[in-house]
Amino acid sequence: MSRQHIISVLLENESGALSRVAGLFSARAYNIESLTVAPTLDESLSRLTLVTIGSEETIEQIKKQLNKLVDVVKLIDLSESFSLERELALVKVKKSAAMVQRIEALDSDTLARIADETDGYLIVELSGENAWLDDFLQDMQDDVIEVVRTGVIGLSRGERALTL
Amino acid sequence: MVELSGGEIVIQSLKDEGVEYVFGYPGGCVLHIYDAIFKQEDVKHVLVRHEQGATHAADGYARSSGKPGVVLVTSGPGATNAVTGIATAYMDSIPLVVITGQVPRPVIGTDAFQEVDTVGITRPCVKHNFLVKDVADIAETMKKAFYLATSGRPGPVVVDIPKDITDPSIKVPYHYPSKVTMRSYTPVVSGDIGQTIKAIKLIKEAKRPVIYSGGGVILGEASNELRELCRTLNFPVTQTLMGLGAFPGTDPQSIGMLGMHGTYEANMAMHDSDLIIAIGARFDDRVTGKIAEFCPHAKIIHIDVDPASISKTITVDVPIVGQVKPILLDMLAQLKSLGETFDRARIADWWKQIEDWRAVDCMAYDKNSGTIKPQYVIEQLYQVTKGEAFVTSDVGQHQMFAAQFYPFDKPRRWINSGGLGTMGFGLPAAMGVKFAHPEADVACVTGEGSIQMCLQELSTMLQYDTPVKIINLNNGYLGMVRQWQEFTYKSRYSHSYMEALPDFKKLAEAYGHVGMQITKKEDVEPALREAFAMKDRTVFLDFLTDREENVYPMIEAGKAHNDMVMAPNSIYKRILA
Ligand SMILES: Cc1cc2nc3c(=O)[nH]c(=O)nc-3n(C[C@H](O)[C@H](O)[C@H](O)COP(=O)(O)OP(=O)(O)OC[C@H]3O[C@@H](n4cnc5c(N)ncnc54)[C@H](O)[C@@H]3O)c2cc1C
Ligand SMILES: Cc1ncc(C[n+]2csc(CCOP(=O)(O)OP(=O)(O)O)c2C)c(N)n1
Ligand SMILES: [Mg+2]
Repeated sequence: MSRQHIISVLLENESGALSRVAGLFSARAYNIESLTVAPTLDESLSRLTLVTIGSEETIEQIKKQLNKLVDVVKLIDLSESFSLERELALVKVKKSAAMVQRIEALDSDTLARIADETDGYLIVELSGENAWLDDFLQDMQDDVIEVVRTGVIGLSRGERALTL
Repeated sequence: MVELSGGEIVIQSLKDEGVEYVFGYPGGCVLHIYDAIFKQEDVKHVLVRHEQGATHAADGYARSSGKPGVVLVTSGPGATNAVTGIATAYMDSIPLVVITGQVPRPVIGTDAFQEVDTVGITRPCVKHNFLVKDVADIAETMKKAFYLATSGRPGPVVVDIPKDITDPSIKVPYHYPSKVTMRSYTPVVSGDIGQTIKAIKLIKEAKRPVIYSGGGVILGEASNELRELCRTLNFPVTQTLMGLGAFPGTDPQSIGMLGMHGTYEANMAMHDSDLIIAIGARFDDRVTGKIAEFCPHAKIIHIDVDPASISKTITVDVPIVGQVKPILLDMLAQLKSLGETFDRARIADWWKQIEDWRAVDCMAYDKNSGTIKPQYVIEQLYQVTKGEAFVTSDVGQHQMFAAQFYPFDKPRRWINSGGLGTMGFGLPAAMGVKFAHPEADVACVTGEGSIQMCLQELSTMLQYDTPVKIINLNNGYLGMVRQWQEFTYKSRYSHSYMEALPDFKKLAEAYGHVGMQITKKEDVEPALREAFAMKDRTVFLDFLTDREENVYPMIEAGKAHNDMVMAPNSIYKRILA
């Protein structure tokens, strides 16, 4: 049975390290749904979060193969424990009273705000769980002019952490 | 502290690493490094005739000696020519350090003359690679390269060095670290003792056990420990193509190679086994055949240093991650403390069954044939060299005949490309072996197809005086391809035949070596004797063999272990258990 997994990786912050991860996925025909990466507080390390889909065996292999990359320092599978996941999207829509109302009416649990207004166009900033974003964007489909998403990031809840 | 230029640092690092030979080929981007080579004598450079030859020669050197092989090539075409050899080493986990020149830093990315993205091109076929960006980083990078290549699961490492950081006018203090640590790389050494205890439990209960030993035992220098374990347990031992020699092939406890061209007894034993002990083997598809029907009744213990080898294709019951050697020592200690005897009688029924399978004599061939059978040539080679030669091979039927008919009693004597199956490997590899073992007999078993893929190294072999005996099993076909076409394409021999073969005898002579052509069966043994008596000459023996001989037994792609195609003259034509 295939399932979605979110894997967080601490990677040496070196040129070429990211392409090793990306290359691994294409070379071994693994799925990659999203991938996001940025340096951590310790600038010698990047933290990479990737979302992949596969059977338990495939996910096991993916984790082993990632660990085998010399640039990978450590990783965790967020799906193995209770974790908090977020994705950020910026959405461009035409300004209308109805649209503004719609954004402002959104549930306060989710982060949605008008981040910019220029020449009659809005950029809406949304952050939430990726499934919620999917649904929301689906609903707005006819109004969306442009959308950009960061891909999922996440942390495990409680004491568990991905640190050195 | 002594100050050196980048070029000098490369060579001094090799010296400090104890490197004896560098196999290489010069060009623009490595000229500063070559100038540093010129000014010293400790590290000897071998000028090959093609960069693929350099990588295979370094590989043969590594496989036969256990030391890392070192290669030096220029940027662009030098690096791309080396790729086949790098991939070959990668697939068989062979330690190589490959130094490639790169265009100067300021022009990287501008499509400069002889620029390729070497790090990008080699990334999927190296254990790791580096682009060195600062002259001050060269020494430490070299140390890391050797450390990575030789530790954990070994493999090739590429160090790409831009020309401008090897400039003789820029000198920096040189220090070669005696040790490096990398927080992102901590290979496992010893195994989890709890897992070993679980394994012992299975071993105690086993009724139909098989030891399935692979290349990892040779790579991990654990042949002695393997032998001791096998002797202690008295279980039947089968070895992969890469593992041959770790356990003596002539020992009655050995049931031969397993897999596609393995013995009947080994494959049947795997199929009926209730416990497989896999040691440094990776369940390659040539070994497993049809995954769904692989060892249907067996529990599996798997010892491997690479966690990614565990349950990659076949799910195992008791994985033990770590170096074979300490794990086998743990096992031996545990077995000793059990105080039980594992004699043959304990699994007498199983041995009886195996002996029955062995009696099928699955590798029998037509000994009365008037033609030169390739199997016969290998048998004679074994006799003439008393089983003591280092044997390299190319890829094809001749490779399988060599593996089947030359039993190896020692590790590192059988040198072939298993994982990538690279035609062209045999000759340069034999040259590399000769550098590591100048006094030993070295034979390169090849075919008329394969030998033409790196033939140019005959010239290098003359220059450096590395006498090798080339056993060309010339069937006039790309035999392995022809065999598949016979079996699965109703003998439609599409482009598996070469119309214009060179006169190999003359060709050898043209390169300054001795050439012989052998057309009669009765001449096989005398020709081999004559050739091996010429200790200081490379001899090319062109044996015109039976043209359509096949390799048997054969498990066709996607078939199970108990579904082998047997030789037409064997008692069984096709056995389905
Ligand atoms: C024409 C042709 C036909 C072939 N037919 C056959 C055939 O019939 N039978 C056959 O067996 N092969 C055959 N092969 C070869 C096959 O493709 C594989 O190369 C081979 O089976 C792999 O051998 P192995 O499992 O021993 O693994 P290797 O490739 O030798 O890998 C070694 C394993 O051991 C591990 N390891 C390495 N070092 C250590 C250590 N120190 N401690 C612990 N573990 C370690 C590695 O992680 C790896 O998993 C054929 C190849 C060709 C070209
Ligand atoms: C570089 C490369 N190209 C193609 C192949 C596919 N291939 C495998 S065996 C073989 C035939 C080899 O012919 P020959 O060297 O004459 O050996 P024989 O099988 O006849 O003994 C070929 C073409 C390969 N293994 N390597
Ligand atoms: Mg041939």
